[in-house]
Amino acid sequence: MRVLKYLLQKEFLQIFRNKSMLPIIFVMPILQLCVLSFAATYDMKNTNLYIVDKDLSSHSRELISKFNGSPFFTVKEIGFSVEEAEKEIYKDKIDAILVFNDDFGKSVDLKKGASVQVLINAINASSAGLYNAYISSVIQDYNRKVSASIREVGTGVPVHFVQSSYLHQFNPEMKYIPYMLPGLLVLLVTVIGLFLSAMNVVREKEIGTIEQINVTPIRKSQFLLAKLIPFLIIGFFELGIGLSIAAFLFKIPFLGSVWLVYLVAFVYLIAILGFGLLISTQTNTQQQAMFIAWFFMVIFLLMSGLFTPVESMPEWGQTLNILNPIAYFIKVIRMILLKGSGFFDIVDEIAILTLFAVSVVSIAVNRYRKVA
Amino acid sequence: MNAGISIENLSKRYGSVQALKHINLDINSGELFGLIGPDGAGKTTLFRLLATLLLPDKGGARMGDIDIVGDYKQIRNLLGYMPGKFSLYQDLSVIENLEFFATVFDTRIEDNMDMIHDIWVQIEPFKDRLAGNLSGGMKQKLALCCALIHQPKVLLLDEPTTGVDAVSRSEFWQMLKSLKSKGITIVVATPYMDEANLCERVALIKDGEILQVNTPQEIVDQFERKLYAIKSDDNYQCLLDLREFEFTNSVFLFGQTLHYTDVRKEFSLEEVNSYLKSKGHLNLEIEHVKPGIEDCFMALSTKADGYE
Repeated sequence: MRVLKYLLQKEFLQIFRNKSMLPIIFVMPILQLCVLSFAATYDMKNTNLYIVDKDLSSHSRELISKFNGSPFFTVKEIGFSVEEAEKEIYKDKIDAILVFNDDFGKSVDLKKGASVQVLINAINASSAGLYNAYISSVIQDYNRKVSASIREVGTGVPVHFVQSSYLHQFNPEMKYIPYMLPGLLVLLVTVIGLFLSAMNVVREKEIGTIEQINVTPIRKSQFLLAKLIPFLIIGFFELGIGLSIAAFLFKIPFLGSVWLVYLVAFVYLIAILGFGLLISTQTNTQQQAMFIAWFFMVIFLLMSGLFTPVESMPEWGQTLNILNPIAYFIKVIRMILLKGSGFFDIVDEIAILTLFAVSVVSIAVNRYRKVA
Repeated sequence: MNAGISIENLSKRYGSVQALKHINLDINSGELFGLIGPDGAGKTTLFRLLATLLLPDKGGARMGDIDIVGDYKQIRNLLGYMPGKFSLYQDLSVIENLEFFATVFDTRIEDNMDMIHDIWVQIEPFKDRLAGNLSGGMKQKLALCCALIHQPKVLLLDEPTTGVDAVSRSEFWQMLKSLKSKGITIVVATPYMDEANLCERVALIKDGEILQVNTPQEIVDQFERKLYAIKSDDNYQCLLDLREFEFTNSVFLFGQTLHYTDVRKEFSLEEVNSYLKSKGHLNLEIEHVKPGIEDCFMALSTKADGYE
């Protein structure tokens, strides 16, 4: 016990004495959280439209004014040539082109099907999808109005439409910060936990101190435990800061229990730190450890459902996600914070994370050899 | 207790390199033993095997009656190991390093002060300085303190004086002598032949084989040939010319001079002199000198090469 206490003291001394690491540990995550929460949003604002209006009828102008009035669109230019408009797309100044052919107004008046052509810059597929959806909804909105007025004129009888409306449960305004921020918290503790632990043992190898440690009677488990606990504490600390920022700065709802978040974080961090230690024991230089940690980090993160919904991944991808600890934690933290899920709602995830934690730590202890 | 080391048929291979070839060696309890050999001879490998950091391919070794493979846990308690590369925490202070190693061995500095006192007083004024900011000599002293803090019975020092100035080196050897008086078995590996004379017995090691084990005096006494130191204006050209000389047994650069032995038992120095003069060397000085350990080492290692 005394040995462990001193080992811990030594680790903390080293962490706090490392002048270049301290800001990385404590300042960077906060910046990251603040910057990403604002930047990583799917809210589409300022979609630049180029409108080719060959029709110039009152109908086309009405639809254009709808786009003009929407906060999501900026009508950059109105012209007559599709070629001109496409040139603007090539210059990347325009996100989408809307084309009214010269029979648009006539078709509306004749109650024939009128068509509008939409050309979207799909360099970024996910934003292209969003442009499409937004543009369609504006056009649909217009459609309903037009057909309603047409029928009213035709029959004199008011028409009743079935208007479907949605309620987005747990995040009624579909705000992105409450959705993104819990995920970013996970990203934050993962980066800190994985990288600090992956670089640690290998650093002792690089500077040669491990030689001296290995000839002492110290036990493997003691040594690795002393490596694990400080980062667990730092991880908790980071999570605390992150949660406070989320609560007080971004005012995201905290429906569930913070203690439950910490319970999951405890299990999760042990799994991540164990994984980091495993990388550390299997590599010989900090550079190798860094690259391996990055490799897994990027895969885990992009598959985790932080940026793209897990449900839209191919079947095999979703199956692979069974092995992705980040995916579990992101899912669970969103459930707890936004939905108020309790322990029994997430007991499966906790069980799986515990299984990860136990196995990865045992492998790490097993793979760390004091004898070459 | 008996803290001698007996090594039997010890072999270790790294890939295609046979680092140690069937080493047999006995080191007495309480002895100051030197392991002398050039870089790459296998000294560090032997130490790492003894320090339980490596597993042997063949053979084994015992300290006292403890096996280095089977009872490695006990070995770690009675062994002090100082690796060649400074391997303490540079970002911890002197006292923190010492405390750390004391704790890791589950002991306290105060309880072992008598062991390290003589060395500790020299670095105590700097005890709050970070280990990374110490001078080379101070680092060695701190490393020695850390290796001794648990009162080991056997001390393995891998090239402790490499990169340390001459004054600190002689101080360091003084310290080893006083440690020996405490009954610790000390094994020192060094590439410096002159340090061999400070050991009680030395083993000359080259290419993973032990050439000879003896006291430094006896090794020198065994030198059969007459050794001459030759000085000229251009030592390097002189070396090349002597290699061409029909009666040359061995010649190599030794500091400012060349050390030369002749294949013949009896010969006239004039012959060598005139040969070199004919090659255009001026200001020649040739004198008979006493062989040192290095001469013996060179003689032994060329002989060993000859057998291959």
